[in-house]
Amino acid sequence: MQANTNKAWLGVLPVVLLVAFSAVIPLMTVVNYSVQDIFDVQTRVFVGFDWYRETLRDPRFVDALLRQILFSSLILVIEIPLGIVLARGLPREGRLLPLLLVLLAVPLLIPWNVVGMIWQIFARPDIGLLGAAVNAAGFDYNFTGVVTDAWVTLIAMDVWHWTSLVTLLTFAGLTAIPGACYQAAMLDDASRWQVFWYVEFPRIRSVLVIAVLLRLMDSLMIYTEPFVLTGGGPGNATTFLSQYLTSMAVGQFDVGPAAAFSVLYFLVILLLCWLFYTSVMGSSKGPDPYDEDGL
Amino acid sequence: MNTTMRARWYVYAYCLYLLVPLYWLVNMSLRTRGDITAGLEVVPLNPTLGNFAEIFTNPVWFTALGNSLSYVVINTIISILVAVPAAYVFSRYRFLGDRQLFFWLLTNRMAPPAVFLLPFFQLYSAIGLFDTPLAVALAHCLFTVPLAVWILEGFISNVPVEIDEMARIDGHSFVFFFFRLFLPMIRGGIGVTVFFCFMFSWVELLLARTLTGSAAKPIAVVMTRTISASGIDWGVLAAAGVLTVLPGLVVVWFVRRHLVKGFAMGRV
Amino acid sequence: MAWMAWTLPTALFFAAIAAGLVAMTVFELVRPTIPRRGLLPLVTSRGDRFFISLLVSAFIHAGWLGITELPVYMASIGCLVLGGLLMRFG
Repeated sequence: MQANTNKAWLGVLPVVLLVAFSAVIPLMTVVNYSVQDIFDVQTRVFVGFDWYRETLRDPRFVDALLRQILFSSLILVIEIPLGIVLARGLPREGRLLPLLLVLLAVPLLIPWNVVGMIWQIFARPDIGLLGAAVNAAGFDYNFTGVVTDAWVTLIAMDVWHWTSLVTLLTFAGLTAIPGACYQAAMLDDASRWQVFWYVEFPRIRSVLVIAVLLRLMDSLMIYTEPFVLTGGGPGNATTFLSQYLTSMAVGQFDVGPAAAFSVLYFLVILLLCWLFYTSVMGSSKGPDPYDEDGL
Repeated sequence: MNTTMRARWYVYAYCLYLLVPLYWLVNMSLRTRGDITAGLEVVPLNPTLGNFAEIFTNPVWFTALGNSLSYVVINTIISILVAVPAAYVFSRYRFLGDRQLFFWLLTNRMAPPAVFLLPFFQLYSAIGLFDTPLAVALAHCLFTVPLAVWILEGFISNVPVEIDEMARIDGHSFVFFFFRLFLPMIRGGIGVTVFFCFMFSWVELLLARTLTGSAAKPIAVVMTRTISASGIDWGVLAAAGVLTVLPGLVVVWFVRRHLVKGFAMGRV
Repeated sequence: MAWMAWTLPTALFFAAIAAGLVAMTVFELVRPTIPRRGLLPLVTSRGDRFFISLLVSAFIHAGWLGITELPVYMASIGCLVLGGLLMRFG
């Protein structure tokens, strides 16, 4: 049981102050900016909700949002099942295991712009192995010029970059399953699919929810890799929310619209975050989160 | 056992998929600019370390690497210092607003850095930290602190509460208990947390780029600037890429035993 | 603080939110909430319902601004009513 005391607030106070400094003050500022037309600190005009109206009706914003949804769904559909398959294929012990785990973790530790750079030099038709190979195989492939090629390359890159995260999470969940559960399934002569569905899946469900949550949230904020790889092109075909926002905020310095955009973007994240938080707490702690000690 | 073998082969195939782009990076880093544009060589015929030599003799790369490492280290230290007490409290006590607070921390881990871009520039300029490693370190706390609290809370919850009570019955003060008994017990957890703070601060570029000018430029930014400065020298770029991959490789090798445990907390 | 570009409306907005949080905290200390299941398909405490109301209001306003040209205060009134209903029955 956990002791109930409000003195505990002392322990979390440093975190609260630090995160308030780096999150609350900036968020309030963004809201302030979003209702004004700002030329400089002295010269600013209150415009009410005009920037919100403009942003919500801006076809480029809507397009970027739709592209973002398409991209995030595609990578979830590929990475989650692939990650599970790989995690189940990993040996549970042995000398090979640490090596495989380290190899899987490597893409996660490469700076994101370097990930973009690696794929750029890998996929370019002139100097890249992949680009040259695909063209030699008779396909006309050019990820900087053709929309589908750009998308395929981006998704291949994201799969390369992030599937390991799903694999490692799932693998950690699988290793926590007691061997007795598998033995029981063996006695019943269960097929591999049945083992997964009846033995493994219920026990790794909460870890999978977290994997989906992390991949969804991180894909919603993707910026650096497409920025380096395709620069958002061809045209705007691979411009996602963060990149559109950054080009508005830093490139054109449209403070007001960029701020309104930021607020809307943040609201979407907040909603998704809350939905997942409620479902994670619900699924891992039983139907009623309040029955349990702990969060 | 046929299906098990097939699943194993999927893993090997995927590892190959992971390795080929990395191999190509190394391949490019070992060839000169002219050599690269002249044609494709699956195995470098005239390998050279010239690209690496260029990086190591150029002070810009050195200072940039120093800048990157300094904000990563500062960030990791701050994150651990504030996160350990918070995680302990979250794990051991219930208090008014604890769930709401935890959720709020979580939203900061999930929020896109781009949302905070506009005010961050103004904020750190206003307090005179712009273009210092400290600014980037504090900005990265936005996602590393919630992450650290989240991971550590899992590790601490695995330590039985009875230990706390036993120490109290034995007459140890809370300070003695916390620093001499408790912290050594969650050493592994702190190691894993350091790893993830290091990792997420090291790979982030958007905030690091926006909050630095010329003085505190991180290595990732120097790389992108090399592109625009003198045309693209793919060889040097690839060599720099190899060098940025290495720290991660070293760190992951050291924590490989704890890695799965860290992920087992399900909180990365 | 000049760089934060405060305006009266936004200051009032945040003051209202802060006041709401303080009020909820005091209320909670005086009379702790009993989580329950109402019209919403999940168990909620008073604080949860407050948060849900705020989030729903934000999305209603965004939708209102995106779809109609009608003045915003109409959405605000609707949100107040909805928020009250959520707090009471949600």
